[in-house]
Amino acid sequence: MPKLLILGYGNPGRGDDALGPELVESVQKDGFSDIECQHDMQLQVEYVTDLVNRELILFIDADASCDPPFHFSRISAEKDDSYTSHAMTPHAVLHAYKQVFGVDAPPAFLLRIRGYQFELGESLSEAASANLNAATLFTRKLLKTQGISHWLALVSGA
Amino acid sequence: MEQNRANLRRVAVDPVTRVEGHGKITLLLDDANHVREARFHIVEFRGFEKFIQGRPYWEVPYFVQRLCGICPVSHHLAAAKAVDQLVGVDELTPTATKLRKLLHFGQTMQSHALHFFHLSSPDLLFGFGSNLEHRNIVGVIEDYPDLALKGVRLRKYGQQVIEVISGKRVHGAATVPGGVNKGLTIAERDRLLGDINDVLAWSQDAVDLNEKIHTEHPENHGFGRLNSNYLSMVGGKGELELYHGGLRASRPDGSKIFDQFDYRGYYNIIREEVRSWSYMKFPYLTELGRDDGWYRVGPLARINSCDFISTPMAESARQRFKAFGNGGYVHDTLAYHWARMIEVLHSAEAIRDLLLDPEILGSDLVVKGEKREEGIGVIEAPRGTLFHHYKVNEDGTIKKANLIVSTTSNNQAMNESVRSVANEYLDGNEITEGLLNHLEVAIRAYDPCLSCATHALGKMPLEVELISADGETVDHIEKASSGAIKRTV
Repeated sequence: MPKLLILGYGNPGRGDDALGPELVESVQKDGFSDIECQHDMQLQVEYVTDLVNRELILFIDADASCDPPFHFSRISAEKDDSYTSHAMTPHAVLHAYKQVFGVDAPPAFLLRIRGYQFELGESLSEAASANLNAATLFTRKLLKTQGISHWLALVSGA
Repeated sequence: MEQNRANLRRVAVDPVTRVEGHGKITLLLDDANHVREARFHIVEFRGFEKFIQGRPYWEVPYFVQRLCGICPVSHHLAAAKAVDQLVGVDELTPTATKLRKLLHFGQTMQSHALHFFHLSSPDLLFGFGSNLEHRNIVGVIEDYPDLALKGVRLRKYGQQVIEVISGKRVHGAATVPGGVNKGLTIAERDRLLGDINDVLAWSQDAVDLNEKIHTEHPENHGFGRLNSNYLSMVGGKGELELYHGGLRASRPDGSKIFDQFDYRGYYNIIREEVRSWSYMKFPYLTELGRDDGWYRVGPLARINSCDFISTPMAESARQRFKAFGNGGYVHDTLAYHWARMIEVLHSAEAIRDLLLDPEILGSDLVVKGEKREEGIGVIEAPRGTLFHHYKVNEDGTIKKANLIVSTTSNNQAMNESVRSVANEYLDGNEITEGLLNHLEVAIRAYDPCLSCATHALGKMPLEVELISADGETVDHIEKASSGAIKRTV
């Protein structure tokens, strides 16, 4: 099993919500070793089973409020209240992992890429495409030197 | 006679939590604080048909998967069946039919498992009025770890079936016009068979739990209950059929309005009404007219309407369901959950039977025919009967599309359930958290899809306004996702 799981989520049919899956598909073609790439429309609780036996996890999502082009942070398990639809936050998935398996989830990071428009049928906006390019370059840098200490040195400022 | 709406007070609940997308409830009150009309409406324009028009027909089955994050396979298969018609194919090879059915059962299992374990079990296990901070899937995991894990694994298995057939867990390429894209290997079949006994056991447990919840809680029986008409597809012998069959519509007493109707003529039996306040249409059965012709679709409609289920464990569960209704139809809205789990059990049995069928490993996958200008595909999606109807130009691009999604069919029924619940729990002088909880529970029973939500970062508050006939706001509360209530009037 690959030690690093990259999980991008968002609806490719809803404009900038496609940022997560787009980035995952892009780095998947690079052929990095010991990496598993997954993407989905929404983050769900059953993803706790995908986190088992990993050393590092990278969640990637579009974000309508962070500073452009992207924001990179270490995340921890939080019992939040993100149950406004079927989707969960990555923090809540980490929390569910501990509840299900009785131990902490592997170290996890979240890359939020700034998006602007999310309507059905729209394509990526020009500004989001530029942010995606920057986030893709940054992700490749992450993947070339995998390791929690290296990634911690690259987290975005508050 | 319709009352002048200018004389009705309005209560707005916005948005509904834990359903797909973003919804809003408006309750129109009269001066005596009775709910005269309930309006459950989506607040964004979906434009599904516009989304599809102008695209080459062969792309459509893939493209429509983006309409919904929870049931992309349902749209994929309904569109594929319509595209089969466009390429002049009325019947697929046995192997292709069975592979599509396998895909569909995997989808039904994963969608139903998600709905119950993620969305509804918190309400049913903890009670409608329990602490919102605890009344969610994490709360279920904390208090019922074995149950929660079964739910997670059931959904995971359904997704594995989807992945095997379509090559991907999301947005796979399962179908081609007139057939399927790839066959099933022995290794893939054996991998899926490896877990099937566990899946069957988990599914049976889910049915038993829902049966117990429903039968042992009489207070749930009348909750949002509607003596409605029902519409569903059935097989040639009247059996439960999720992939292909004739349409059957029944009155509340179980008598048939029509039966084994060829769905390619659906526009002769269903009309769609447009109302100014909602982006969703209001379908009704033509024969019964606009006022009396609304109907319910989905698990409750299917389990009520079918004469039997072809797999033994699910049939046994159906018979207990029938016995609960004294042999007649069960109209309890919360029985949707029980019916949904019977379908999970049927899906598990059907997956096992298909995997053990030698034809599933066949290599004859595609049929060709003469092109046509019109194609109609219908399947029983997890939430109910789903219609995809396309007309194409000479160059193969879609010139006209009409979709009736399951949530649209349940539109009027959801409004009626909301009205019923609101009349029971609304205190005209004060909007309570209890009222909001009960309204949400009623809506969640239908598993409405309000089109796929985007990422859910951030918190969505619930807002309720009570506005008097003269336009004055007499009560206004906001309920944060944390459960905190803020009253601003």
